Amino acid sequence: MGAIADFLGGPDVVIAIVKVVVAFAALLVATLLTIWFERKVIADMQARIGPNRWGPFGVLQTVADGIKLFFKEDVRPRYADRWTYGLAPVMAAVPSFLAFAVIPFGDHVTVGGERVDFIVSDLNIGVLFFLAAGSIGVYGVVLAGWASGSKYPLLGGIRSSAQLISYEIALGLSLVPIVLVTNSLSTVDIVAAQAGSVGNVDLFDGTFLQGVSELFEVIPNWYIWSQWPAFLLFMIAGIAETNRAPFDLPEAETELIAGFHTEYSGIRFALFFLGEYIHVVVISAMAVTLFFGGWNGPIVDEFLPWIWPVGWFLVKTIAFVYLFIWLRATLPRLRYDRLMWLGWKRLIPASLLWIMVTAVVNVNPEGVDEQTLRSIRLAVFGALFLLVLFVVAKGDPRLKQVVTPERPRSRRAQKQGVKSGSS
Amino acid sequence: MSKTERTLEEHELIQRIEGDGQGAFVESYDAEAEVMTINMGPVHPATHGVLRLFLELDGETVMDCKPMIGYLHTGMEKECEDQNWRGAVTIVTRMDYLAPFHNEHAYSRAVEKLLGIEVPPRGVYIRMLMSELNRLTSHLVQFGTQGLDMGAMSAMFYGFREREIITDFFEMVTGLRMNHGYIVPGGVWEDLPDGWQEQVANILDVMPGRLNEYQDLLSENPIFIERTRGVGTITAEECDTLGVTGPIARASGIDWDLRRDMPYEAYDELSFEVPTQEQGDVYARYQIRMAEMVQSVALLEQIVDQMPDGDYKNMDPKLTPPPRSELNRSMEAVIHHFKLVTQGYAVPKGESYFAVESPRGELGAFVVSDGGTSPYRCHVRDPSFYNLQSLPVMAKGGLIADLIACIASLDPIMGGVDR
Repeated sequence: MGAIADFLGGPDVVIAIVKVVVAFAALLVATLLTIWFERKVIADMQARIGPNRWGPFGVLQTVADGIKLFFKEDVRPRYADRWTYGLAPVMAAVPSFLAFAVIPFGDHVTVGGERVDFIVSDLNIGVLFFLAAGSIGVYGVVLAGWASGSKYPLLGGIRSSAQLISYEIALGLSLVPIVLVTNSLSTVDIVAAQAGSVGNVDLFDGTFLQGVSELFEVIPNWYIWSQWPAFLLFMIAGIAETNRAPFDLPEAETELIAGFHTEYSGIRFALFFLGEYIHVVVISAMAVTLFFGGWNGPIVDEFLPWIWPVGWFLVKTIAFVYLFIWLRATLPRLRYDRLMWLGWKRLIPASLLWIMVTAVVNVNPEGVDEQTLRSIRLAVFGALFLLVLFVVAKGDPRLKQVVTPERPRSRRAQKQGVKSGSS
Repeated sequence: MSKTERTLEEHELIQRIEGDGQGAFVESYDAEAEVMTINMGPVHPATHGVLRLFLELDGETVMDCKPMIGYLHTGMEKECEDQNWRGAVTIVTRMDYLAPFHNEHAYSRAVEKLLGIEVPPRGVYIRMLMSELNRLTSHLVQFGTQGLDMGAMSAMFYGFREREIITDFFEMVTGLRMNHGYIVPGGVWEDLPDGWQEQVANILDVMPGRLNEYQDLLSENPIFIERTRGVGTITAEECDTLGVTGPIARASGIDWDLRRDMPYEAYDELSFEVPTQEQGDVYARYQIRMAEMVQSVALLEQIVDQMPDGDYKNMDPKLTPPPRSELNRSMEAVIHHFKLVTQGYAVPKGESYFAVESPRGELGAFVVSDGGTSPYRCHVRDPSFYNLQSLPVMAKGGLIADLIACIASLDPIMGGVDR
């Protein structure tokens, strides 16, 4: 062991290699399970059974699909640009893997006197790296659309370049408030800042709301409480970034057949598929890391203390993957122009505004103690939350113009109504 | 450029495209006009079968849209001429395959007009029962495909789930889930089986709640409203000019429903409303169909309550084979049976047209008899064919996504269009 470690350049290198391999394998397995999970959950929502042939509950269905795709003929259209056509799927899949490198998926463990952190690489610019990897993934989609030498992929490529670039901005801007609050671009620091509970708030001390103060001692100190607008922006832009419903325009099946990957078959198509699902997992993991305390959880037992944080991280990530699936099963697809309208005219101004609010609230004037400051912030965020709730509750004025047809009463209810009326 | 020249040019273009063996993929780009020509269909997920659209796109905006039909032409009208009058029912039922009872209904009424015979009351009510149930199944499929085409995949599964219950009932009554051959000249082929009331009551119990669920899923969904409100608008005048009927015309403010305005069977004995809307957009058409389903449920309740007893078809031995028990006793019955099975009945010379309100609009059958035992000519006025003409009017100037929403809201059945 020692000799190998020395040969490779010390234990650090060995640890790095092991971490990369483990993370890569874990992501691949996670993708297989995510696809299976999606198919099962959507089937359940749509009153179907879903895959149930291979393995228990059909869990090996994705493996079977993958093997099938691997042995399929690799068709390349006559008018396709040879090299770009081959490069595009790789460019779509690899950055999704890369982005996972900066996500801490657990605390740390000590092996043979060496501290091993549960993160592939704690970059001091982790958030930027995540954004950069996501942006490179766009090239895969755009190049696939262009290189196919076909019209539907071209339309899909145009759509995705417009969509992904505009939502990339909103995604980046939605992360700025987190960076402002944490004072760091490192994902490890962001998770560390969310450890523990919200802490003592003296706003209600001495009043009848004393219990509320005690409640704050229990609530975990996640950024979601104060940064929920940033979270909403991040999720909307993140879903758009992954090309998932309701933002799945580049591959809108009923409009563009399969969009940018219409002409792809076999393993190249599988790479696009892989890239998309890894992206879903990565965006979910990033949402957990940035807003839901990462691997922090309420219970950490003495038994295998390193496995609990990993478990908490997994639970939260799966919850977000479920959200992605839920949206896909429920919502219709947005239209191209409305998508751009939402991106440029709503998300980007909203994220800029929120950066400003966060910056102002985050100022720490001299002579004000931490307790009061925290209370002031709580009041500001709370008032803002109520305001938004009020606006949402008032409803979309466009909805009011719609007269929905009269809702039918069930036959049974009508009969009961007659009975109760006559008796 | 004159109209003829332009048509010729298009014709040559299509010839050249297909000569290249490109099939559904057209490689042409007009650099000067900055317009991309693209083929949508005949194999495309959203063209409801084999509709082919020849699109000219400026970016994503549809500059021109030409529907091309004929990919499902199977010569069914001609085939009717080889069948006897009863047998032709099994051909017409396959035309608009989502509304088989309406096809049979229109054809049978047209033949009955020539024969000058009456249908017994029970037969009339069974016909209405099946037609209204069929309207539900057809609109449920439309609801499902509308959702699916706009990206809300779940809607399709919900629509088909309810359709399954009703097609189970069809199977129970006719033996087939589609293409029944059940409504025949003179009445219906078989009486309703035992236990039909329970089955229909079950459907009527389930449907209102499920319709409410659909309202929750799509009707008030902001994205759905955004995608459909003000999209694919067509005015009442355009509907009149193009011969558009049914829910599409009613969504544009044309208050016309054959069941009410030219009552056939016993629709004048039943009370129901004809929903209309003024906007004439995709959302209005969607709402009309949802409201029609509610009305159909109301109609079905009345039909079940008022279902009379008695004969279900005209028992004239010249028209209907005698019961099997008669064959052992009566020589006359054997002769009638032999004549009907080998030849069928003869229909007096003449021609007639009869139209019913199908889920897609006015579905008419025009039959000509030369006095023989098979139709001399059987033409079906299929509403999908006429409604499809309005697609360019709706789609021009919109985006591709709007075009897809328009096709879904037109609900064209290519089997009926091409016949």
